[in-house]
Amino acid sequence: MDLAAVARRFALHDLYTAYAACLDGDALEAWPEFFTEDCTYRITSAEDYEAGLPLGLIYATSKNMLADRVMALREANIYEPQRYRHLISGVTIDRDEGDALEVSANFLVVRTMQDGDMILFAAGRYVDRVVRDAADWKFARRVVVLDSRRIDTLLAIPL
Amino acid sequence: MDGETLSWPKEGNSRVPYRVFADPDIYGAELDRVFLGATWQYLALADELPEPGDYRTTFLGETPVIVARGEDGEIHAMVNRCAHRGNLVCLKRRGHTTDGLTCVYHAWRYDLAGNLTSVAFRRGVGGKGGMPDNFRLEDHGLKPLRVDRFAGLVFGTLSPDAPPLAEYIGNLIGSRIGRVIRGRPKVLGTTSQILHNNWKLYVENVKDTYHASLLHTFFTTFRLSRLTTKGGVAIAETGGHHASYTYGAERGDNTASDKAYADIPSLHQDYRLQDPRFLDSVDEIGDGVTLQILSVFPNFVLQQIHNSIAVRLVLPKGPEETELQWTFIGFDDDDPAMTERRLQQANLVGPAGYVSMEDGAVGGFVQRAIRGGEADSECSVLEMGGHEHASQETRTTEASVRGFWHAYRGLMGL
Repeated sequence: MDLAAVARRFALHDLYTAYAACLDGDALEAWPEFFTEDCTYRITSAEDYEAGLPLGLIYATSKNMLADRVMALREANIYEPQRYRHLISGVTIDRDEGDALEVSANFLVVRTMQDGDMILFAAGRYVDRVVRDAADWKFARRVVVLDSRRIDTLLAIPL
Repeated sequence: MDGETLSWPKEGNSRVPYRVFADPDIYGAELDRVFLGATWQYLALADELPEPGDYRTTFLGETPVIVARGEDGEIHAMVNRCAHRGNLVCLKRRGHTTDGLTCVYHAWRYDLAGNLTSVAFRRGVGGKGGMPDNFRLEDHGLKPLRVDRFAGLVFGTLSPDAPPLAEYIGNLIGSRIGRVIRGRPKVLGTTSQILHNNWKLYVENVKDTYHASLLHTFFTTFRLSRLTTKGGVAIAETGGHHASYTYGAERGDNTASDKAYADIPSLHQDYRLQDPRFLDSVDEIGDGVTLQILSVFPNFVLQQIHNSIAVRLVLPKGPEETELQWTFIGFDDDDPAMTERRLQQANLVGPAGYVSMEDGAVGGFVQRAIRGGEADSECSVLEMGGHEHASQETRTTEASVRGFWHAYRGLMGL
C-alpha cells in the first residue's frame, strides 16, 4: 500500500469518526455538510433491503432535504431529550474508483434518554458511496441498513 | 366483564377510566372478547401471497396465525400452533413452501389449508408404538380462521358470530377503503414500531382528529392540515370504524386561519423548507381529499396522506406494550414519478415521520402519567364535538374516539 492509499484510509477513518461525533454531540446543523448537494440518504431494514424494496424511514435526495430534517427536529417535531452513541467498525472499501469509493461499515447505536434509560437502539451496516469533494470526502449516498425491522418508539435523530 | 371489576362512568362514552389502559385482567378479557371475539382483523394483502405455497405469519391479538395461499389458489388462515403439542408450526415471518407445512418438533405435516396430512411413525416401528388405530388425521388439523377479503385486504376471525366482512365494514367505510385501494397493491416497504403503551391509546390517537394540527406542528406550520381546512369524520353506525378526511391544503389568503391559530405554539410562520420537493403531490384520486385516515375496529388503519398510502396493524403485546406494523404500498400501474412521490411523502409518516413521529411517543407519555394507582379512579374526558359518536363535518371533534369506546364496551360488556 502506497503512502497515498494509507493517507486515504486515514481520511476515510476521520470521515466516519467525525460523522458519528457530529450526531452523538448534537451538532445536527453540521450533519448535512457530510453529504454532497445531490446526495441520497435512506434508512431501511435488512429485510426490505434484501427484498429490494425502495422505502426509506428517512429518505432524502438532496443535502437541502437533510437540512430541512434538522430544522424540523429543532423547530417542529416533539420528542424527549435523548442522545446517541455510535460505534462504527469494519470500514471496508468494497470498490475503489479513485475519487469515488463504495464503502461499507458496521454501526451500533446506543440511545440514552433523559432519565438514564439506555437501550441498544440500532445495529446495522452503512452502504455508502464516498466521493472526493475538493480536499474532503463526502457521502454521495448513504444507505443505513438496520438489522432489525423494529424501531423503539420513534427515530428522531438520524443514524 | 363483571360489573364489579370495573363500573363505567355514568357519562358513558365521553369518559374513559384510565384503568382500561393498564389493568392486566382487562387486557386478558380483551384478548378473548375483542381479538378472539366477533371482529374481523387484518391479516395481509392478498398480493403479498401471489403464488400457491406463499405464506406469512401474523397475530389475532396475541394468538399466532398463519396466512397461506393453498394449492387451490385460495387464501387460508389458521392458528400457528401444532395440533399435537402446541409448537409453532411456521417459524419464519414469511416464506414459500412446495410441500405444505411441517412442525419441526415431531414432523407432523399439514397442507396449506391446515389439514393434518401425516404423523411421523403413525404406525410405530416394527409393530410397536405408534398412534392408536382410532386416531383420525381429520380430527387434528390446525384451527382454521374464517377468511374474507375486501379490496385486496385479507381479514380473518376466529368467531363464528362475526357478520360477513363486507357487512361488518359497511358501505360508509367500505367506499372509503375503495377510494384509496383502486388498483393492485405493490409493497414499497415495511417498518414496525414498539410503542410503550396500551394498544387502545394508539387506536384512540388514530381516531382523534382533534390532535393532528396541535401535536404535529410540522403539519400546521406548512398548512398541510389545520382544523380550519375543510374536512370531517365519517363514523360507522357501530361506532367502531371511522374515516377522517381533509380537503386540499389552503392556498392564497391564510389570514383567518392564521388568526385562529395565533395563540397556538405549533404555528411557526417563518419556517420554510429549503427543498420542499418531497411534498409535491398529485390528486391521484381526483376528489380533492388530500388526507384520509381510516380505521376498522379493532386494530386496522388505512392511511392516505397525499400520495403516501399505508396499512397499519396495531398488535397488542401486553397491557403496556404495542407493536405498530406499517406496510407502505403503491399500485402496479404507478409510473416511476408516482413511486418517487410515494417514497418522498413517506417521510411524513412511520417512526421517523415528520407528522407521525409524535404519535409513537405520546401514548407512552399517557401510559406513564396514569401509573401509580391514584389514576385508577380517574377518567379521560372526551367531550369535544359533544357526546355522540355520529359522523360530523368537522375535525374539531372526538366523535370517532367515542365511537371506538361504544363498540369496545359492547364487546367487553362494560
